[in-house]
Amino acid sequence: MLYTITKPNTYQDSIVLMLLSNKLNEVEGVNKAQAMMATPANKDILAGGGFDTEEMREAGANDIVIVVDTDDESKVEEISALVDSELAGGADDEEEVEANNWRKALTIAKEPNVALISLPGQYAAMEGMNALHNNLNVFMFSDNVSVEDERKLKETAHKKGLLVMGPDAGTGVINGTPLAFTNIINKGNIGVVGASGTGIQEVTTITDRLGGGVTNAIGTGGRDLKDAIGAITMIDAIKALNSDPSVDVITVLSKPSSEAIQDKVNSVLRSLDKPVVVLYLGDTPEYTEENIFHAYTLEETAIAALQKSKGEEVSFEPSIKEDVTANFNDKQVGIRGFYSGGTLATEAAMLIKHATGEESAEDEAFVYKSEHHQIIDLGDDMYTQGTPHPMIDPANRLKALESAASDDEIAVVLLDNVLGYGSHKNMAAQLAPAIEKFLAAKKDAGQEVVVLATVVGTDKDVQGYDSQRRILEGAGAVICDTNDQMVRTALNLIGEKVEQPVREVKSFDKTNEDLTVADSLKDLISGELSVINIGLEGFTEALVDQEVDYVQFNWRPSAGGNEELMKVLQFLNHYEGDI
Amino acid sequence: MGFKTIDEANEAVVQRMISTQPTLMDVVPAKSVIPELNDENTKTLLHAGPPIRFDQMSDPMQGSCVGAILFEKWADNEEDARKMLENDEIRFVPFHHVNGVGPMGGITSANFPVLVVKDTSNETENNTAYCTLNEGIGAVLRFGAFGPQVIERLEWQRDVLGPVLSKALRKIEGGMNVNGAIARAIAMGDEFHQRNIAASYAFLRDLAPIITALEDVDQKDKEDVIQFLADTDQFFLNIAMAAGKVMTDTARNEIQSGTIVTAMCRNGHEFGIRIAGMGDEWFTGPVNTPQGLYFTGFSEDDANPDMGDSAITETIGVGGMAMIAAPAVTRFVGTGGFNDALETSNDMAEITIAENPNWIIPTWNFKGAPTGIDARLVVETGILPVINTGIANKVAGRGQIGAGTVNPPMEAFEKAITAYAKKLGME
Repeated sequence: MLYTITKPNTYQDSIVLMLLSNKLNEVEGVNKAQAMMATPANKDILAGGGFDTEEMREAGANDIVIVVDTDDESKVEEISALVDSELAGGADDEEEVEANNWRKALTIAKEPNVALISLPGQYAAMEGMNALHNNLNVFMFSDNVSVEDERKLKETAHKKGLLVMGPDAGTGVINGTPLAFTNIINKGNIGVVGASGTGIQEVTTITDRLGGGVTNAIGTGGRDLKDAIGAITMIDAIKALNSDPSVDVITVLSKPSSEAIQDKVNSVLRSLDKPVVVLYLGDTPEYTEENIFHAYTLEETAIAALQKSKGEEVSFEPSIKEDVTANFNDKQVGIRGFYSGGTLATEAAMLIKHATGEESAEDEAFVYKSEHHQIIDLGDDMYTQGTPHPMIDPANRLKALESAASDDEIAVVLLDNVLGYGSHKNMAAQLAPAIEKFLAAKKDAGQEVVVLATVVGTDKDVQGYDSQRRILEGAGAVICDTNDQMVRTALNLIGEKVEQPVREVKSFDKTNEDLTVADSLKDLISGELSVINIGLEGFTEALVDQEVDYVQFNWRPSAGGNEELMKVLQFLNHYEGDI
Repeated sequence: MGFKTIDEANEAVVQRMISTQPTLMDVVPAKSVIPELNDENTKTLLHAGPPIRFDQMSDPMQGSCVGAILFEKWADNEEDARKMLENDEIRFVPFHHVNGVGPMGGITSANFPVLVVKDTSNETENNTAYCTLNEGIGAVLRFGAFGPQVIERLEWQRDVLGPVLSKALRKIEGGMNVNGAIARAIAMGDEFHQRNIAASYAFLRDLAPIITALEDVDQKDKEDVIQFLADTDQFFLNIAMAAGKVMTDTARNEIQSGTIVTAMCRNGHEFGIRIAGMGDEWFTGPVNTPQGLYFTGFSEDDANPDMGDSAITETIGVGGMAMIAAPAVTRFVGTGGFNDALETSNDMAEITIAENPNWIIPTWNFKGAPTGIDARLVVETGILPVINTGIANKVAGRGQIGAGTVNPPMEAFEKAITAYAKKLGME
């Protein structure tokens, strides 16, 4: 049976139509087919070729006529659709991975689901909103985003079933792919949500080194648990991990927040059937729960989650490096921590304070400054104005070690070396000469001191976990396995000790929170990741290594940076209503 | 209009532009189809671009006005003609306001023959657009010349060319399909602003047999008409312009939503654009002077600021937008060659939202012409449409001195989207 499709007043070159005819002849169920411009000469050819139909004869010289011989009438619709798509043109482009505007980025990206934003703060919020408008989850590395903007972004995301990780999110693992400053971690059955970057890194790398795995480690940004934000991302992420059948244990990391927010988060956790480990770093937990283990330190958090993931009872014994000794003189009573990881510094401050009982003085330059001890986070904003983060640039830590040489009170120095994507490719080699110099200077001054160091990383990280340890060790540092162990070892050296908090097991009624999760969130944590990277091109390194689809959006301020026009564009782009 | 987002509205506008069927039906005296030119009491001239006063017009455009007055015999010398113009005895109306477009100065009066291009995609409601006939090159009215030779040619166009083309076109049942003509000529290297040679030859090929067979036309007139068409490489430009006007106006009349550009034109003083969502309102900025190649002895100092309605071709995705379609002219218009032309069209794809499947460009790996300029994208990306254009001598009557490209002022796009945001309630 012959069927005729006419495309009136449409011209195509004969070569295009011959190619089209070939395609149509390949369709299953089509006996034969021919597409031609319906000129008198072509109509004769069609008629002679057994494609004689009335419609074909009626078509004009400006019409494309397609005659199909098929026994299956339903094929005609398929053919018609194929003709339309073939004639629509748009030959396949080579694969493009760079764009300089949203439209292009969205066109060339393959089903993108995450926008990784590392733009200056004043633009980050706006582009975050654009990303959400385009149904992308947001991983916002940028800081300097106002609390109001953060709240707006997160409320919008929540309504759309999307997640805003950040602002100021340094770390994240999404379905096994590390984003921004993140280690390569084995996949596994522990799901992590954390409001702190290096906290996530410490917990996930310990987990990895002990044979466990983390498929998703979701950074919420440091302010998520503030009252003004209300833990929107934290709670959505917990629910998402709860919905993922591959997650057996959920780990929650945060600094302490207001009672109201902690109650809100705990209420969600108490609705879950899955075991949970929760750490409000800085607080001494007073109780724990059957299903929710309340941890004290990062290492304990990692171990507890690992034990729970194997169905074991939680039992954690903190450790110290036993065979480290030094003869300090009377002056040498102090610990100095020169950290690049903020949460690690916080943990050190907490342990020292709990051990010594010494309160910290109010001094923005220090995470902790007591009569004898000082912990500095060199990644704090006040040290990074105009210079790169200490995970990238060793300069500030080298300076700190240099001036420490003349500090007579020092007994122990603490150093961290955080590996992973984004970090310096060989920080140990940068720190090593400074450590040697420091130790030599002390020796010359007739003092014995101990430099303790810990490496946050895995054997899969590009820097090499073992070699980084060896380089630091070679310079005379004592390498501790975790920050917890490092701080406790330091305390032990000066004759102090932190007691593990005794926690009675309390039980609470199971709550009945709505645990429904948007499909888009389930897809985010268990589906294919496809990223639009807006800003720092370096962040695509991890994506290339992990063979994740991405588009590099070489962002520049839209509308030439004119903020009035940017607002107009945003208004128009996001406008919804009857027009 | 039933759209929820601007993207939806824009898509609808562009699809309507693409689905239009511009069909060349006839050539008629302008006054027979444009009532404004048929007003006994008010002498009226049409002009290119957004509204403009005589005193704002550049020298060539003023020269064109003088020429039109002499042609209409409202005066018999330049001095009297200028007096009429200076004394506001002449009403000026933008050609765009009366369903038409005019090249360069665009100056048009009652007895100019105009091309009639109709949208035949919709049986019930046909939009129609008009454009004057191409005058060829050299001393021509559109560049401000008004000598006897110019007036004589206009009279010949009025008395011979127009009527003969009219008779020939009426022999073609249903009119001449313009979409197909453009599609064929793109494959032969035309981009429809700077280069129309293939389409013009094809037009001659289609019309010559009909003209020679006309029974009620003098042999001499037939020969003259065919010779004129054979000599006039850019004849098809004016057909493409009328087609562009009918495509954009069909979409504009049916859908008044969104940010797709529905007109771009210039009057030597200001560049004006329209967007679908703002209907008839013009958004303007000062015109630029084209950049390009000059004939020997001329430079940018001699160039008149940008003028003409011919940027309607870019509005529908050809001309500078489809630069890559015409490798032969890419160097002439001041680009470095094939790769620059490719880059230009790739850039244009970033500010347009569709490819026109009717107009496939082989040299662009068979992508369709980049169609539907979204004013938002222009402002967002900072990429301005590229317009291919002839460059006029700034002194009236000296004609074309080169060719090149020109950009609209960003200001026009900024004003347009800001006005639209305000219309939709932005505070």
